[in-house]
Amino acid sequence: MSYTKKDLITTSNLTKDEIYHFLNLAKEFKAVNNSDVKKAKSLYGKTTVNAFFENSTRTRTSFEIAAKRLGADAINFSSSQSSTKKGETLIDTINNIVAMKTDIVVVRHYSSGAAKFVAANTDAHVVNAGDGLNEHPSQALLDLFTILEHRGNLENLTVAIIGDIFHSRVARSNIYAMQTLGIKVKLFGPPMMLTGMEAFGCRICKTMQEALEDTDVIIMLRIQLERQDDEIAFPSVREYSNFFGLTRAKMKFAKDDVMILHPGPINRGVEINSDVADDPRYTHILNQVENGVAVRMAILHTLISNKQG
Amino acid sequence: MTTLIKNATIVNFNETKKANILIDGETIADITTDEPKADTVIDANGKLVMPGLIDMHVHFRDPGLEYKDDINSGSESAVAGGVTTCLPMANTNPINDNAVITRDMIAKAKARGLIDLLPIGAITKSMGGNKVVEMGDMINAGAVAFSDDGLPVASSDVMRYALEYSKHFGSFVINHSQDCSLCRGGHMNEGRVSAILGIKGMPREQEEIMVSRDLLLAKLTGGHIHIAHVSSEWSLKLIKQARDEGINVTCEVTPHHFTYTEDELMNYDTNFKMSPPLRTKSDVKAVREAIADGLVDVIVTDHAPHHDDEKFIEFDKAPFGILGLQTLIPLTLNLVRDGLISYEKMVELTSTNAAKMLNLKDKGVIAKGMLADLVIVDPDIEYIYDKNLNKSKSSNSPLIGKTLKGAAVKTIKSGKVVFDFPNVVA
Ligand SMILES: [Zn+2]
Repeated sequence: MSYTKKDLITTSNLTKDEIYHFLNLAKEFKAVNNSDVKKAKSLYGKTTVNAFFENSTRTRTSFEIAAKRLGADAINFSSSQSSTKKGETLIDTINNIVAMKTDIVVVRHYSSGAAKFVAANTDAHVVNAGDGLNEHPSQALLDLFTILEHRGNLENLTVAIIGDIFHSRVARSNIYAMQTLGIKVKLFGPPMMLTGMEAFGCRICKTMQEALEDTDVIIMLRIQLERQDDEIAFPSVREYSNFFGLTRAKMKFAKDDVMILHPGPINRGVEINSDVADDPRYTHILNQVENGVAVRMAILHTLISNKQG
Repeated sequence: MTTLIKNATIVNFNETKKANILIDGETIADITTDEPKADTVIDANGKLVMPGLIDMHVHFRDPGLEYKDDINSGSESAVAGGVTTCLPMANTNPINDNAVITRDMIAKAKARGLIDLLPIGAITKSMGGNKVVEMGDMINAGAVAFSDDGLPVASSDVMRYALEYSKHFGSFVINHSQDCSLCRGGHMNEGRVSAILGIKGMPREQEEIMVSRDLLLAKLTGGHIHIAHVSSEWSLKLIKQARDEGINVTCEVTPHHFTYTEDELMNYDTNFKMSPPLRTKSDVKAVREAIADGLVDVIVTDHAPHHDDEKFIEFDKAPFGILGLQTLIPLTLNLVRDGLISYEKMVELTSTNAAKMLNLKDKGVIAKGMLADLVIVDPDIEYIYDKNLNKSKSSNSPLIGKTLKGAAVKTIKSGKVVFDFPNVVA
């Protein structure tokens, strides 16, 4: 079954079939990307706008390449938190973008719920490219695609998500999608980064050992070293690395064939040490980046097909 | 000029009886089973007649933010909600921290002539938390209590002084209980829903810590502390213990805190964003039990108008607060329908207790000689609370467009009909 909603805002309402629809389609697009002529045509004559209200070169570039490979005109619009203080509201900005005959708006915004708010108030298709602390559905799909590609299936899996869970939109989108697929999810991190996480019904681990044991996939989250708000960050990078970082020494608790994913960019020596991050036996971080383009092509293609269908 | 309300089911805090009410001028001339002649006759058959409601916690945004509401539109919303006496909070612009502003506010309400406006003064100059206002002066000008609502007084020393000083004048202090050092940029209750939404939360302990401090300061000073819009189970436990120990504490709750839980926020609806935030089922249950048990002294609306543009925005950017005046009666009637309280208790919570606390000797009870501030309530009328009914300049209520049951069908202020359902405001 294909996906028929106007927008892609969350993974929480995706069915198993819908998730596989995106993953199977991504596989086809990955083949296109690996061919000599990296072009498809399903978005030919369409305009996509990356409306980024928060900086993210990686995600923006990935969506931009995805749109261009499908033949769309991909435009980047960025507006920082400070420039939106000039009085124009988010909806005004989006309406202006849509008035220029934009078919798809890819929204990255620093407020949780912003993508949903935009989607509810515009006719254009909206893709959530990360809203505040809430969700980042394309990242979850590319994580799943990377796991599927490497292992051949997504059955009987246990995944550990480690780090700043509360502030992670990657974690939320992954938890929803993985639970729908029957994947067991474990969470681990410093207590101040796990506030309220019982809400997701995942196992909350007490130690790194517990998180790593019998785990097939480890998703290490990025620690925001540049805290912009008034929050008390963890006591020190050194201590974080000791207790919550992934080091060679701790890998002895992990399975030999464990996969390590990270949404990037890595803080080397903080959440993950270079000797682990660069170990080709475990790491799939660059695969994730490559797969991100294919997954985003699948998303853009699907939304446009909905419009035509 | 005389008015007869006949076939009234009069609800007072201590009794319900069928009788006719004769109003002469501004006061109730008689409660009688006879049918005396009058210039105007209102038939209240099948309706309840209650003392005009007293709302001890409203924001009228006047002076300074009149685009949200002003004293005129606030007065109109009030009488459309059966409320004849309002206590507006001091967080206006400029802040009501001196007698001149207090007098101006009262004069403006008098000119409109729909309600009695009893201003709450700020506790501290400019609500800066440092220097206590000229309480005596402001009381002489008509202020009745003091609160930096919205900006809790962080300094224990200043709060102590405020309690001591207000006590000297026979007044009291209302604190919006919030230890802001524990807020960490929160926009809602911290817990299950905030975790799911990825919105930073405020733990209830932030309220409870401040409640404990203020109770201890009331113990120290013997002053009267009134805890505004209590929203958490533990706050109520603390208040109960303090009251049992003889500490001079009263408290209020709002209809939204006894009606809704944080689950309403699952769609990031900014019309459910309020401070203190909606909390969990167990908190709502505790608030409802405290109402039934008599721990809660008054029900208030915390009527907090915000312009549509301010609420039509990302959740974390939207201001806190919702309208309340016109939904006070239907939501409070739900407590009666749920068997939690009687009509008499409803009257006590929405009028009589406030009149006592504020020492308003001619309000809060329907009796011969009292001021004729009355509301005729139809508890069964069903209607859609839409933008035509709404008298506020703002429409930030999650109940706009919803079907409500029960309303003020006629509001009488000092003997004059000031509101007639659905739309007529004098
Ligand atoms: Zn308040």
